[in-house]
Amino acid sequence: MAELSFREAIAAGIAQEMERDPMVYFIGEDVGAAGGVFKATVGLFERFGPDRVRDTPISEQAIVGAAMGAAMTGLRPVAEIMFSDFLATCWDMIANQVAKTRYMTDGQVSIPLVIRTANGGGTRFGAQHSQSLENWAMAVPGLKVVAPSTPADAKGLLAGAIRDPDPVIFFEQKSLYGVNGEVPDGEHVERLGEAKVRRDGKDCTIVALAAMVPKAMQAAEQLAADGIQAAVVDVRSLVPLDTRTILREVVKTGRLFTVEENPRLCGWGAELASIVADECFDDLDGPIVRITTPHVPLPAADVLEDAAMPSVERITQTVRSSMR
Amino acid sequence: MSARVEEPPAAEVDRPTRLRLYQLMVELRDFEQRAYELFLENLVRGTSHLALGQEAISAGYAVAMRVDDYTFCTYRGHGHTLARGASMAAAMAELLGRGNGMLHGKGGSMHLTDVKHGAMGSYAIVGAHLPIAAGAAWSAQVRKSGQVAVCFFGDGTTNIGAFHEALNLAVIWTLPVVFVCENNQYMEYTPIRSVTAVEHPAADRASAYGLKPILVDGNDADVMYETARQTIDKARNGAGPSLVEALTYRHGGHSRADPAKYRPDTEVREWLSRDPVKRYRERLLAAGIAEAELNEIETRAQQKVDTATQEARNGAPARVDEIERQVWSDGGAAWRN
Repeated sequence: MAELSFREAIAAGIAQEMERDPMVYFIGEDVGAAGGVFKATVGLFERFGPDRVRDTPISEQAIVGAAMGAAMTGLRPVAEIMFSDFLATCWDMIANQVAKTRYMTDGQVSIPLVIRTANGGGTRFGAQHSQSLENWAMAVPGLKVVAPSTPADAKGLLAGAIRDPDPVIFFEQKSLYGVNGEVPDGEHVERLGEAKVRRDGKDCTIVALAAMVPKAMQAAEQLAADGIQAAVVDVRSLVPLDTRTILREVVKTGRLFTVEENPRLCGWGAELASIVADECFDDLDGPIVRITTPHVPLPAADVLEDAAMPSVERITQTVRSSMR
Repeated sequence: MSARVEEPPAAEVDRPTRLRLYQLMVELRDFEQRAYELFLENLVRGTSHLALGQEAISAGYAVAMRVDDYTFCTYRGHGHTLARGASMAAAMAELLGRGNGMLHGKGGSMHLTDVKHGAMGSYAIVGAHLPIAAGAAWSAQVRKSGQVAVCFFGDGTTNIGAFHEALNLAVIWTLPVVFVCENNQYMEYTPIRSVTAVEHPAADRASAYGLKPILVDGNDADVMYETARQTIDKARNGAGPSLVEALTYRHGGHSRADPAKYRPDTEVREWLSRDPVKRYRERLLAAGIAEAELNEIETRAQQKVDTATQEARNGAPARVDEIERQVWSDGGAAWRN
């Protein structure tokens, strides 16, 4: 085990796959000598050279389109979109082209493509550089959607995404980049579509994603002091979604809380609530409760942003009052 | 200064190539006409965008391409797909929504694709396939495969951002891609000149990307073949992309719903007199090719379209179990366990 930061783990994941497979190429804005604006790809340019680690112009449609055309014809590209907010500038490419071309051509093409993007709030960047957009991608058939919460998963799930034969949108919550954690030595690959129980508990299940996972873990710690044993499930992959693991935990505890960074409407937790209501209604001992950012663009000021996003305190209080 | 139309090539295209060009143009013409007749019978549902009148461009390029080169085209893509060798029966069946269709009914008229013949897809969002074609060219470049990507699009595409992003990327990466603008004078229903800052929507923008303006008669099969040869050779030789503007005309409306009443009669008559198929027939006769030989090409093309139509009509409706197939590479559509 080595101690790596989340950003180092991202670079390690790409490096591992570029080393293994000469068809893996990495493109994006400022990803070359600059090592990425979040420094999540430092060292790749020096190690693999300017042909395989390639700077692009500020042309998001060209980045995703070129990566798609290359993926259709033999490469396994990793494309970086600097901020997930910028996905809006190339959403045609992602939602209409990348996601649908395999289906529309009746499987004549595969698109083994990873689009990495820095996602989410906590950095005081304001509403155009802080959005939590997993649900945009989740709403489009044909896209896999992954969001790791730890350095080990940053490496393992990214490697898994690169090896996956289908397009994956890989959301890196930007406030996690500086977080350190243990990452297994040697080749490390995780399968997409497996949720992880991060903490066992018998009283309720808190399901969280990406940066909300450490917050849910802290909340569970505080709840334990009050005598509430909360299980915490890290979703990790929204598509494919490991409903088996999540439903099992919900059935065990009888209560479901979701912690979502996204604004309220149509967050992934809403889909999960619908599945749970459909399939294990009789096992529930109380209402399903979603803890989300309110349905507003994320404000910039630290006090506003902190109060808008789900906090450890809000999670703890919401669970506590609902479990009373 | 606006680009000028280039002179036709001095040297004659050889006879076998000319016969091949003529055969392809006649087949594409007959296919589109049959597709139109099938609309009138209400057998083609949804929409369809015919390329009647634009056959010289698809034929010229297809004949000049290597078998493993890539074609990327638009929703007006029947001709480009068939020109690469795709099955006419499978294309017709796809238009009719049949189970024996090229895409088993999942794509329809606007998405004809036949990867094994290099037809990498028909893309129905204006401009999207230019960056994708650049990406296929990038892949060919790094794999050192010698393949070239040819990307066809309409005049309206020159006003969307993806056109400019793709051109810039193709030039800075010296990609083996040829961008072919089929300027059929109308973006959809609106004359392209009334919504574009320059007279020649593609050729007059070439210099912005350091490219030579190439403006050619898109209704002349010899010109298109020569232009194709030169631009493909350039790409294959590592000298980077080209941007071609081929002047042409849609004989019909934008789509099946459009009777194209907005076009002045004199303009329509003028362009019909330059019908690429008729014109080429006259040129071949003048070059000493026997009329009987051309008649035979025409008869065979009709037979081919008749056979394809019969096969398509005989096809069963698309199968409902196709709905949840081929979202993913495992062949299925599962999003949860």
